[in-house]
Amino acid sequence: MTSTTEIVHPSSGSIRFLLNDREIALSTVAPTATLLDFLRLERRLTGTKEGCAEGDCGACTVLVGRLVAGKLVYEGVNACIRFVGSLNATHVVTVEHLAARDGTLHPVQQAMVDYHGSQCGFCTPGFVMSLYGLWLSKDNPGRADIEKALQGNLCRCTGYEPIVRAAEAVATARPDAVFDPILKMRDRVRAFLSGLPTGETIVLGPSDARLVVPGSARALAEALAEYPGATVVAGSTDVGLWVTKQMRAINPVIFINGLADLQSITEAPDGITIGAGVTYSLAFSTLARRLPPLGKLLDRLGGDQVRNMGTIGGNIANGSPIGDTPPPLIALDATVTLRSVSGTRTLPLQDYFIAYGRQDRYPGEFVESLFVPALPADEHFAVYKISKRRDEDISALCAAFRIALSEQGLVTSARIAFGGMAGTPKRATAVEDALIGKPWTEETVTAARPAFDLDYQPLSDWRATSAYRAVTAKNLLLRFYLETSGSPAELVRFEAAE
Amino acid sequence: MDTSTFQERKTIRGGMHKNLRHDSAHKHVAGSADYIDDMPEPAGTLHAALGLTDRAHAEIVSMDLSAVEAYPGVVCVLTARDMPHSNDISPSHLDDEPVLADGRVEFHGQAAFAVIAETRDAARRAARLASIVYNDLPHAIDVTQAREAGGKLVTKPLTLSRGDAAHEMQNAPRRVKGEMRIGGQEHFYLESHIAFAIPGEDDDITVWSSTQHPSEVQHMVAHVLGVPSNAVTVQVRRMGGGFGGKETQGNQFAAIAAVAAKKLNRPVKFRPDRDEDMACTGKRHDFLVEYEVGFDDEGRIHAVDATFAARCGYSSDLSGPVTDRALFHADGAYFYPHVRLTSEPLKTNTVSNTAYRGFGGPQGIVGAERMIEEIAYALGKDTLEIRKLNFYGEKGSGRDLTPYHQQVEDNIIGKLVADLEESADYQERRADILAFNAQSRIIRKGIALTPVKFGISFTMTAFNQAGALVHVYQDGSIHLNHGGTEMGQGLYTKIAQVLADSFQVDIDRVKITATTTGKVPNTSATAASSGTDLNGMAAADAARQIKERLVAFAAERWQTTPDRISFAPNHVIIGEERVPFADLVKQAYFARIQLSAAGFYKTPKIHWDRNTGRGTPFYYFAYGAAVSEVSIDTLTGEYMVERVDVLHDVGRSLNPAIDIGQIEGGFVQGMGWLTTEELWWDDKGRLRTHAPSTYKIPLASDRPKIFNVKLAEWSENGEETIGRSKAVGEPPFNLPISVLEAISMAVASVGGYRRCPRLDAPATPECVLMAVERMRVAL
Repeated sequence: MTSTTEIVHPSSGSIRFLLNDREIALSTVAPTATLLDFLRLERRLTGTKEGCAEGDCGACTVLVGRLVAGKLVYEGVNACIRFVGSLNATHVVTVEHLAARDGTLHPVQQAMVDYHGSQCGFCTPGFVMSLYGLWLSKDNPGRADIEKALQGNLCRCTGYEPIVRAAEAVATARPDAVFDPILKMRDRVRAFLSGLPTGETIVLGPSDARLVVPGSARALAEALAEYPGATVVAGSTDVGLWVTKQMRAINPVIFINGLADLQSITEAPDGITIGAGVTYSLAFSTLARRLPPLGKLLDRLGGDQVRNMGTIGGNIANGSPIGDTPPPLIALDATVTLRSVSGTRTLPLQDYFIAYGRQDRYPGEFVESLFVPALPADEHFAVYKISKRRDEDISALCAAFRIALSEQGLVTSARIAFGGMAGTPKRATAVEDALIGKPWTEETVTAARPAFDLDYQPLSDWRATSAYRAVTAKNLLLRFYLETSGSPAELVRFEAAE
Repeated sequence: MDTSTFQERKTIRGGMHKNLRHDSAHKHVAGSADYIDDMPEPAGTLHAALGLTDRAHAEIVSMDLSAVEAYPGVVCVLTARDMPHSNDISPSHLDDEPVLADGRVEFHGQAAFAVIAETRDAARRAARLASIVYNDLPHAIDVTQAREAGGKLVTKPLTLSRGDAAHEMQNAPRRVKGEMRIGGQEHFYLESHIAFAIPGEDDDITVWSSTQHPSEVQHMVAHVLGVPSNAVTVQVRRMGGGFGGKETQGNQFAAIAAVAAKKLNRPVKFRPDRDEDMACTGKRHDFLVEYEVGFDDEGRIHAVDATFAARCGYSSDLSGPVTDRALFHADGAYFYPHVRLTSEPLKTNTVSNTAYRGFGGPQGIVGAERMIEEIAYALGKDTLEIRKLNFYGEKGSGRDLTPYHQQVEDNIIGKLVADLEESADYQERRADILAFNAQSRIIRKGIALTPVKFGISFTMTAFNQAGALVHVYQDGSIHLNHGGTEMGQGLYTKIAQVLADSFQVDIDRVKITATTTGKVPNTSATAASSGTDLNGMAAADAARQIKERLVAFAAERWQTTPDRISFAPNHVIIGEERVPFADLVKQAYFARIQLSAAGFYKTPKIHWDRNTGRGTPFYYFAYGAAVSEVSIDTLTGEYMVERVDVLHDVGRSLNPAIDIGQIEGGFVQGMGWLTTEELWWDDKGRLRTHAPSTYKIPLASDRPKIFNVKLAEWSENGEETIGRSKAVGEPPFNLPISVLEAISMAVASVGGYRRCPRLDAPATPECVLMAVERMRVAL
């Protein structure tokens, strides 16, 4: 696996995974074949439903198990935007697998029946799988945990109340001896997954429908050199829609979600290095601990299914003007490292976004990692996301504020960035200038309001009007001031203790 | 050893008035409940996709479909000309709804052709390859633009009037005039539309359709094909949600699938993508309500004059009865001594709006509650005080006539609201909130109690009929079929309970079977909350007939009289003898007794004359009330629903578990309509909120933090409905108007409660913040 010529071998290897209790090995896979179609059309496993085909409704939720640092982890994902080519070395669990052979329902399923958690039933398999994922991963979850676990599942009939009751009931009443398909086959799954070759690059399909699963970062660089126009797919939470909605041709495709080289999180006193392939879910605990406002933001980014698939690297690589993580990362002065066969280069994240739809990334380059400098203990930092619906919504605007104060209470530095206010995530330099050197008071904050209009001329769209974005951005600076001066004023659904 | 099976049970399992799980619940959770897309596909099944236009209003100059036809896997392309008999599927029979656009496009996303291909993927990809040349015409997207363009209507408007509103308005001590915009709503059933047509011999065709109205799909398919209705069989076991969106909107998919299936003699499945479903099927009507209300210093209404203008879309569909029902509910729970209400069903270049839970009624009630708010803020009083002052009176009080001249005979709103006011601690909490707001700078709270009175019956009198077909087999097992459809509301479960109760057998003996036009003909849509009322009575009628035959047979065989025969749990008591139900059935069979019956029901008492605006369109009213408490952030307009208390009237509940599910679910769905669910068209008339990524229905974390739902257990339907129950589908949808009004109160606090915030719906964070900003200016 050292030269690019090896990668262009017509076909080598196969996509191997477990589907419920069966081993699957696919040597021909269309790069854009989705897991949902594979389940429903090829395997006739029709319990998993298509509600939206864009990863927003959760009716297609299945669990995907994989080894993360040697530990077997199961996570809910949206099968509709998960590509079959990304399933190598996983265990896919569908709703059909939950009940015992004799038809006895799993406690999670039985609770949904007992508490009248289904009406039309179409979303139900997805809810069952999300609740099952929670059941596996958390003992005795509270209401906040349950609501978070259900952020990626839409139900139009029940109003959710009976589903939450079912989740609470099954959380507190776990029978000692219970049939559980995953617990039962844990050893077998572990043996299967650890028995698969590591570091091997899989190349499938004819040259016009090439699918590459690189086994190392180096192999990824080589593959990109070979196919500079290839689509690099990590979580597919965005690319999935290019396929299901826009029906775009994205060949050739390089799947990097299983690439261990890109999945490390390294903590150091001066900051955190996050591999581009780290999912939001895996980054959560570190980020929430080191930078609590970022944890709060991640709690409201997508639903669990999206957080389990999507990566911060992807959020940056795709250059969306409304991506949620760039504003805080810019405020934190994060840097991004790009890699290609000719080496790596590192640049400030704020310089990476050039204009709408344009980033400073050459063909053949990929985002390798991100470095987030540590926040000095005496600095104030906050992130505010404003959306029509509180959870699992795209920001109308997303604000990140960071200031340092002198002992006299003067603003010594300010880094402010917004998403949703311009064609790219963008610094509010005029506002920063209006604050720096001034006393951190409400008068200063009020006086800085006009500066927003110098920084931003936001657009009107279906998420918000220009006027709303402009007013709210200014008001959020006041919210930040109030928060830093000890009188926070923000709606809270659950107290932190919960 | 479990001896329970040997003990005689005193009651049956699953009779009426029992908490019983949904009949398919165990299948829902196991993924084994089959929806139409889950059915095995016969060999040779083809798939359809729509070719959509991208102009709001245009003539089609030319349409080049050669690239579509040439795409690999495409079998044929259908256009309007390929409809064998008719290209029209107008449910109002006004000939204004083409299956496929014929020379003229009237909304962005209207289908101009359909592709039939070997795979769904091929059909979808090919559908994008058409080259269409348009000649653009001026378009009107909303009510304002439609009026500016001349105010063309899709159907005849309605006026309801009683007394002399114009004169009394002049004489009223105080008057307020205003307007309110009330948004539409996408149904967002989780299962999008689907039709699966399987051709048969001769003219025959069977269509599996996700529809609330199999008979209409049958008629439309027959009409388009030019075959008699008896050649078309339409079936549906369950839908993944309907909410009105599958009352007429499935016709297009079924018709195209059927035409293609007959033309090609192969099965054809048609499942549009979610985005296409949202772009090209109708939604709840949005309204502009212009009102004037005259009242006195106490807050008592003297006169109301209001116009309800609706964006109907490009065709009539159900807009006539929808806008009628808005007027029927523009009185809320209030007596208007003098009133004049007018509808304005405007034609717009948008998708044709359609039925949606409440069918215009909620928009009418929202308008009524806005007028109450206006009075309260004008007088500086609590809205609840104004509400109570204006409630309908008892029968015969002189305050019991609706604007359509129906007497309200069953009014329980006074007691219901009084009960809730107390159980929810309304007054104490309101006082706390006023105190909180006085000292809280950024976060403000609001609380509101709103009532619901909802008229039950189709306003089209003929629709208030239903049939059921019941077979008892020799082993005593029972086969149930009726004209209602199951979309999650638990109708099948409730009707099975009715049958179990009638025969006094355990419900597991009753097999619930898919709705099909072949078993029960000429059915009405499962709509207007009427499913249980109508089909329950029809099933009970079928059971009655079979029971009468069994009793007559038993009386003869056992040489006794009918009055000494009764149905006990799983047995029939004949004189002194206790005969197992199945044994009696077997003997009856050998005695050649007919063990099958077709039941029928029509709602008594109702009549309605649209021309005079007078009648008794509703058999009875369902009532309810809710108290909602919210917090808002006056910097961003964000809000949170802190607590909701509901007391709702379902008469004597047939199944409290299912009814509470309807109330909770209806509440959250209605809350979504009034808060985060915003339909947004751009200036080209393109709907930009056409997927769950952009159109935001409530999540688990949006539901009230504290949610107490109770049934008014003391209520019983005064009319002879099935088990004295009341309809439950639509009425609770109106309860979350209390959320909108609670938000409104929180906003009003910014202006010292001296001005009505005039908060439009949906009250998105933006809408709330802008109202807050208006209040700041008012200071």
